[in-house]
Amino acid sequence: MGDNRSVASEFMRGITKDNPTFGLVLGLCPTLAVTTSVENGIGMAAGTLFVLVGSNMLVSLLRKEIPDSVRIPIELIVIATFVSIVDMGMEAFTPDIYAALGVYIPLIVVNCIVIGRAEAYALKNGVFYSIVDAFGIGTGFLLVLMLLGGIRELLGTGGIKLFGVQLVDFVSMLGYNPIGVMTLSSGAFLTIAVLMTIVNYRKILKAMKGG
Amino acid sequence: MADASLFAIFMDGVFLKNFLVVQFLGLCSFVGVTKDVKSASGMSGAVIFVITLSAFVSYLLYTFILLPLRLEYLNTIAFIIVIAALVQLVEFIVRKFMPPLYRSLGIYLPLISTNCAVLGAVLLNVMNEYTFIQSIVFGIAAGVGYTVAMLIMASIRERSNVLYVPKAVGRGVTYAFFIALIMSMSFANYFKVIPL
Repeated sequence: MGDNRSVASEFMRGITKDNPTFGLVLGLCPTLAVTTSVENGIGMAAGTLFVLVGSNMLVSLLRKEIPDSVRIPIELIVIATFVSIVDMGMEAFTPDIYAALGVYIPLIVVNCIVIGRAEAYALKNGVFYSIVDAFGIGTGFLLVLMLLGGIRELLGTGGIKLFGVQLVDFVSMLGYNPIGVMTLSSGAFLTIAVLMTIVNYRKILKAMKGG
Repeated sequence: MADASLFAIFMDGVFLKNFLVVQFLGLCSFVGVTKDVKSASGMSGAVIFVITLSAFVSYLLYTFILLPLRLEYLNTIAFIIVIAALVQLVEFIVRKFMPPLYRSLGIYLPLISTNCAVLGAVLLNVMNEYTFIQSIVFGIAAGVGYTVAMLIMASIRERSNVLYVPKAVGRGVTYAFFIALIMSMSFANYFKVIPL
């Protein structure tokens, strides 16, 4: 890594080029499973962000002490510790979201984004930039989950409800008829497939203009 | 849930609550290793093997070590270590005693310790309070359901190599998601006609 990186560019890289879902295509299980509503998406992304920052920080601090041959078990234990903290914290403070997310909270342990960043970034970089990277990737994840959750909640239930406040309600405003399947598993696949098609289409257009 | 019949648990695991297309557990391998049938079946074989074994081991660990010592809150850490250790152990044993099997499964085994399907099955066993036999049946069912979905997906992708698919749709995982969309509809809805 050269010295020409800046905090802002390292942060933005997690949202654009190395975006967990559309750039790196990692951590798809929670992305699809919990985005039945914006609120669940935010809960999941906040948990993942906390784990990412914690594990990137600790792995980066320990990077000179960790022997190369056992680095994956060590990373897994570091991550599992932070996941347990999130698990217990969410159960205590946000029981509704905890009940909705269920088994997917402990499954942050095997989220490829977290271990992927520990492997690819925190083992090679200093503490400060590792934390910046974690915040960038976590924010990218949050934006994707909010987008997916927003689309699915809006089409599936006809409105968006955030922390007990009804923000939009198309059912009473426009007489919209909710498409229930959007909150089921098929809706998740449909939403992500269409979004990825749009991303690919833009990449192809860009390549055609460039070449 | 302790009174659910074994047949119901099995059908649930394979179709209605299929790990890949309904519960979204193990999606990375679902879109990553399904470019051809050969690697999909190798991965599936390894997953059935490891899920069943870890359902067995983690039940014993949870009931006889974590519960008596009141360490239930450590279950995530305990299970992930057990699964990682188990995968390593299986890899050594298979390499030593079954070289042909190792050649076909070998490269997939390390991938499994970070596969959500294995940890998911183990955690769901605990959450649903399944008994010993039920845990193992659920583990096998999850593995079989995983295999069914992987093989269908891989066959469709392999055959569509010779078809014309628009570039924006046919690029990598996007195409896999469109296939998964159709599969998830059939798995989650049409199998409901089977009375359990």
